[in-house]
Amino acid sequence: MRDRLGRPPALLVVPAVVATLLLLVPLVAMVASTDWQALPDHLTSRTALDALRISLLTSTVAIAFCLLLGLPLAWLLARVDFRGRGALRALVTVPLVLPPVVAGVALRSAFGRTGLVGEPLLEWTGFAFPFTTWGVVLAHVFVSMPFVVIAIEGALRSADPRYDDAAATLGATRWTTFRRVTVPLALPGVVAGTVLGWARSLGEFGATITFNGNYPGTTQTMPTLIYVTRQADQDAALSLSLVMLLVSIGVLVALRDHWLGTP
Amino acid sequence: MRRVALVALLLPLCACGGGEDAGSSDDDRTITVLAAASLTDVFEQLATPFEEEHGVDVTFSFGSSTDLAELAADGAPGDVLATADATSMGLAEDAGVTGDVETFATNVLTIVVPEGNPAGIESLDDLDGSTWVRCADEVPCGKVARAVLEAAGVTAEPVSLEEDVRATLDKVVSGEADAGLVYATDAVAAADDVDAVEIPGAEDALTSYVAATLEQSTDADLAADWVAWLRSEEGREILDDAGFGSP
Repeated sequence: MRDRLGRPPALLVVPAVVATLLLLVPLVAMVASTDWQALPDHLTSRTALDALRISLLTSTVAIAFCLLLGLPLAWLLARVDFRGRGALRALVTVPLVLPPVVAGVALRSAFGRTGLVGEPLLEWTGFAFPFTTWGVVLAHVFVSMPFVVIAIEGALRSADPRYDDAAATLGATRWTTFRRVTVPLALPGVVAGTVLGWARSLGEFGATITFNGNYPGTTQTMPTLIYVTRQADQDAALSLSLVMLLVSIGVLVALRDHWLGTP
Repeated sequence: MRRVALVALLLPLCACGGGEDAGSSDDDRTITVLAAASLTDVFEQLATPFEEEHGVDVTFSFGSSTDLAELAADGAPGDVLATADATSMGLAEDAGVTGDVETFATNVLTIVVPEGNPAGIESLDDLDGSTWVRCADEVPCGKVARAVLEAAGVTAEPVSLEEDVRATLDKVVSGEADAGLVYATDAVAAADDVDAVEIPGAEDALTSYVAATLEQSTDADLAADWVAWLRSEEGREILDDAGFGSP
């Protein structure tokens, strides 16, 4: 088959190679410049372990919220005809293109201690999001949700709606259909969207530091730790970056093999 | 190798910024000053008369001192480096990219609170139990803050260690924090939004601002003129007005 189509044209191969190099060279350079002898010390420091724990915890909790709230929203966008659906879809994508710092400022205007929602919240409950781990989760949900919704909506759309119709004909309620037919059919897309959102959340930095600041053990995630460490000790920052790289690759590979079923 | 990797990552960004600035000017003579975040307002003020007198353009890159010194050491484009302490300047000096280092101003740490002081912070002791912020230990304002807190025997923990002094100030201006430890000059710059509470004995942990020309400067004369301008009588007045002390 491949032979019959002829050789891949250089016009496509060359840019493809450049793209690969562009993505790989910085990562290879980073690994190459890591100080391997100091690595164990950098990685087992209390702050590093705390930051890794906070990062994994917040991104996992955040993605659970994204799924809990985002899956129904994706379903609504994909399966229900209503006025303003196009506008709603556009709105959902806005945080996707927003610079993270702007996202942080927006979150602060809404959930900060003097924010639109934050001020009454503080008055009634005494709780404020900024400088807490929940604030980090909130920032992560805000930046990751669009990825989850868009990816899952795409998967739901490409799943044949006639199966939904068939289920309805057989007497299933819309809730049963959603649970037993729609979601299982779109599962690979749902998982892919979740992984994408989780990865975005793990790397989130700008919104978090603007909205929550940076404190070891409560709000300091790996990206914020790397950012402040870089100012004092570049080698330590490189070691920490390497951990992020390994964690990301590890999770993506594990999920690819176990869930996505692609080679 | 580490250097090469960093420069490869950062250079394109710097090049973009420089390109835009150069395009907006008819005159070709431009210098770029890499300066500590706490110098933001006063350097903008210092630039106007300097630009008029010399018929040139001065562009700035403000950030944390250590950050900028690392960048300069890695050969990032720039003509002058001005840092909030001698330690961070040392990073660039060690790399051999600086000319003579000149001290041009001093600064002192102060408490800032949102206007009206909602949490009633009157001294360092009041920080305990409040939502307060300071700079991270890695940056100059954090080192000074730690020295001042230790000298006063204060053990209260902040809710956040910010990446530079302007980020610290921002948390107070926005009302997210009850108090913050910043330089006296930051309190002057944000006087509309914050009130300052002086710290007795803060003068003991004075921070000195230093400036030096950079080897990679494309206009060494103009770069030297800027450093001299900071120490001139007229420059001194502008620094005084902004709350900076004399060296």
